[in-house]
Amino acid sequence: MARVLINLPRSAKRGELIEIRTLIQHGMETGYRPGPNGVTQQRDIIRSFTCLFDNEEVFHAELYQAIAANPFITFSMLATASGILAFTWTGDNGFAQTETRALTVT
Amino acid sequence: MKRALLAFPLALPLALLLAGGAAAEPPQSGFALMAPETQAMQRDDTANPGMLWVQEGEALWAQSGCTGCHGDAPGSMRGAASRYPAWDATRQAPIDLAGRIEQCRVDRQGAAPLEREGEPLLALSAYVAHQSRGLPIDPPEDPRLAPARALGEALFRERRGQLDLSCAQCHDDNAGRRLGGSPIPQGHPTGYPLYRLEWQGLGSLQRRLRNCMAGVRSEPYAYGAPEYVAIEAFLMVRARGLALETPAVRP
Ligand code: HEC
Ligand code: HEC
Repeated sequence: MARVLINLPRSAKRGELIEIRTLIQHGMETGYRPGPNGVTQQRDIIRSFTCLFDNEEVFHAELYQAIAANPFITFSMLATASGILAFTWTGDNGFAQTETRALTVT
Repeated sequence: MKRALLAFPLALPLALLLAGGAAAEPPQSGFALMAPETQAMQRDDTANPGMLWVQEGEALWAQSGCTGCHGDAPGSMRGAASRYPAWDATRQAPIDLAGRIEQCRVDRQGAAPLEREGEPLLALSAYVAHQSRGLPIDPPEDPRLAPARALGEALFRERRGQLDLSCAQCHDDNAGRRLGGSPIPQGHPTGYPLYRLEWQGLGSLQRRLRNCMAGVRSEPYAYGAPEYVAIEAFLMVRARGLALETPAVRP
């Protein structure tokens, strides 16, 4: 499992715009780079990131080779109700990781 | 950004570089010379990728049974990093922080040695050093460290490599000026292990020193070599009083 840092307020007021920041440990190997032995290393990147709020997609991003290692993705969301945020990163070589966080809206 | 930019630009205006600027002013962290965006990345723990390794180190600390002898790191390890390299009575030699961690693992716990620049040891070192973030570098008043510090200083002043440059010529004589576009810092070891954008990962002070050595086209010492500990022992005295930043971010 890759290390992940997710930062969002634990609670928000209804109608508040909240900022969500995510950071995940991943090498984002481009597939263009020669390794120490001179042979081009295979591509190994995260290709997609989604955030579901109570199973409804609120944010989605496609990632490509030009994105640096340990991608930092930040976005904002309108807090309408309490619920569960599920963050999923998927990529090459079967990479898949999901993290959840609860949000309380008052 | 993924290329390993090991050598400094060849078309370096050597004459200008060697003209000799002011001698080292009051110590200043490399942080001060960074772009505002890079500074912001270091300041914000939710954006600083080095924190991923700190988190990893925290998990390793619990998993590896460090707690059994040391309790919680925020209490027991506060200030430790500001006093390294320290004198190791067992080996009758100076030892750096990563070396001390390895000593606990290998000698006291009977664990298999970790690779010096491997992720687990970097993560543990980052976690331990992070407990001293904000504290001033405070090298021990230990006369047994004097020979290592003297050796470190001699290595710092020795010209090396095909470019025939010493560390001091860049980091004392030309600090604050530019080398092929990037500012030359005074070269203080305030933030290690740190996240370097060029590395796209966390690296130790030894990795940084290897980069500087390869940059002047000299052969770097092997990881773990006593010369690095000696250079670090000197650099820490030179940086006395500067605040630790681990995990710092550097370009
Ligand atoms: C069996 C007990 C024991 C275990 C387990 C242990 N240590 Fe230690 N550790 C010690 C002792 C004793 C010292 C003091 C050594 C000295 O000063 O010579 C020490 C010193 C240290 C220091 C230096 C602290 C300072 O203030 O100078 C660090 C860093 C450290 N240990 C890290 C670790 C880590 C990381 C682990 C887990 C991988 C660990 N230790 C596991 C007994 C232990
Ligand atoms: C040709 C000039 C040059 C020489 C010679 C040189 N360095 Fe450097 N050094 C640099 C530059 C430039 C940087 C900053 C690179 C960057 O961050 O992009 C740097 C960075 C450093 C840092 C990191 C500082 C920080 O804020 O993290 C240390 C420590 C360091 N050098 C020590 C040394 C030592 C020790 C030597 C001799 C073995 C040495 N350097 C030789 C140019 C040089």
